[in-house]
Amino acid sequence: MRRLAAPLTALAFTLVLAAPTLACGGLIGPNGAVNLLRTTTLAGYHDGVEHYVTAFEFAGGGGAFGSITPLPGVPSSVVRGGDWTLQRLVRETDPQPVFLEAAGADAARAVVLQQVRIDALDITILKGGGAEIGVWAREHGFSLPPDAPEVLDFYANRSPIFMAAYFDADAAAERGQAIGDGTPVHLTIPTDNPWVPLRILALGKSAAETIQADVYLLTDDRPALLPAPGSKLAEGGLRLAHSDFASAGLLADLRSDKGMEWVPASAWLTKVEIDTAAANLRFDLAIDASGAGRPSMRDAGFAPFGPLPAPPSWTPLWVMLLAVSFAIPVGGAWLLAAAARNPGGGGRPPLAG
Amino acid sequence: MRPVPAWSVAAALLLLAGLVAGCVSAPSPHRVELRIHYSHFEPNVVTVPRGVAVTFVIVNDDPIDHEWLVGDAAFHERHRHGKEAHHGARPDEVSVDALTTVETTLTFAEPGTLQYICHLPGHEAYGMVGTLTIT
Repeated sequence: MRRLAAPLTALAFTLVLAAPTLACGGLIGPNGAVNLLRTTTLAGYHDGVEHYVTAFEFAGGGGAFGSITPLPGVPSSVVRGGDWTLQRLVRETDPQPVFLEAAGADAARAVVLQQVRIDALDITILKGGGAEIGVWAREHGFSLPPDAPEVLDFYANRSPIFMAAYFDADAAAERGQAIGDGTPVHLTIPTDNPWVPLRILALGKSAAETIQADVYLLTDDRPALLPAPGSKLAEGGLRLAHSDFASAGLLADLRSDKGMEWVPASAWLTKVEIDTAAANLRFDLAIDASGAGRPSMRDAGFAPFGPLPAPPSWTPLWVMLLAVSFAIPVGGAWLLAAAARNPGGGGRPPLAG
Repeated sequence: MRPVPAWSVAAALLLLAGLVAGCVSAPSPHRVELRIHYSHFEPNVVTVPRGVAVTFVIVNDDPIDHEWLVGDAAFHERHRHGKEAHHGARPDEVSVDALTTVETTLTFAEPGTLQYICHLPGHEAYGMVGTLTIT
């Protein structure tokens, strides 16, 4: 269903700010000094296209660091993002100064769809199941935490597209990037199903560790969310902090940033605050901005779903053995029953002669 | 040609079925298969006899590396602070790389209870702990 491509085209515009945790990217590779303060991500939706803008901030040190972000579809472009979009959105709902530097911040193989170098970031768009993405990450030097296999499957069963961001601190230093400098990345993703990945925030965290993040949504109309902030499904972890028309000033400022000309003339601004233990954050945020009021259980990660169907090109050996194991005794029992009914040997009597 | 009686065909089929089932499911008496899935041991409780060689077949379904280290409390306390990146030289300390299967054979001389644990960072806290009872 193309929920957001209706005549009243909706715009879902999402900003995820995480402090002190990562935003919508899960940490996959601390290696030596911690040098990624935080990941800030914006996801916008308009005319069936989602726009992600993610900023990685350099915090000094050396070595490599990375994050992994589930995506709802394959990006049609990956480019350097605008310069102030993320900061402007934060300022809209939180007018206090934001001190970014003070914030914390072989199975089948994954298919590499795109690779882009933006400043000191190596961005790779991957397609694959959870195990394949995990193997790719392992082969590229990232040390996945123990919950990664389950979390990657959780996402890959819905959308097998991931963005891996590899931050090369040495390259950042060579480029003269100062501590706190951010590198925004803008992904344009045609998709019918926008959602905000939240469970990935808890990747690698202990059960009791607190996850805090701010999610901004900008839609043509008031959106329906699942889980609804404050609801039982949200486990008390989501709070509706802002819900009102977006100001003309905000929209004009956003539209004037690089690559942000798609921002429409009017929109509804929603802010959802996330503050919960990692153990409770086992869902994503599904958005229905179409006016139908039916955010997807599946997009929120609540509905049962299985792995993506694969075309059956061959039958595994164990299936054949199982089938034989069942078929033979059943057939034998049938023949025994037939023999009991006809003790003479069954079949036609031999011809006389 | 003289027709084959139906009862003999049925008997042959049943015999074949028994052979197939035996080949598929009957484990060796001293062979224990352990699966690692989503960073947990399955099963996490195993009982083996003392004084005989037991082969553990450890199947890692996960795309991340794991370890299978079996021993008493003092053994595990040492490994919680260990620096050994890869195990394999001793049969009670085994590294199981992502999506691989390893086998190791041990003989336990005395009855008792041991634990098998993955000591990679965060894995024990996540639940990669099992109990081995020797009878």
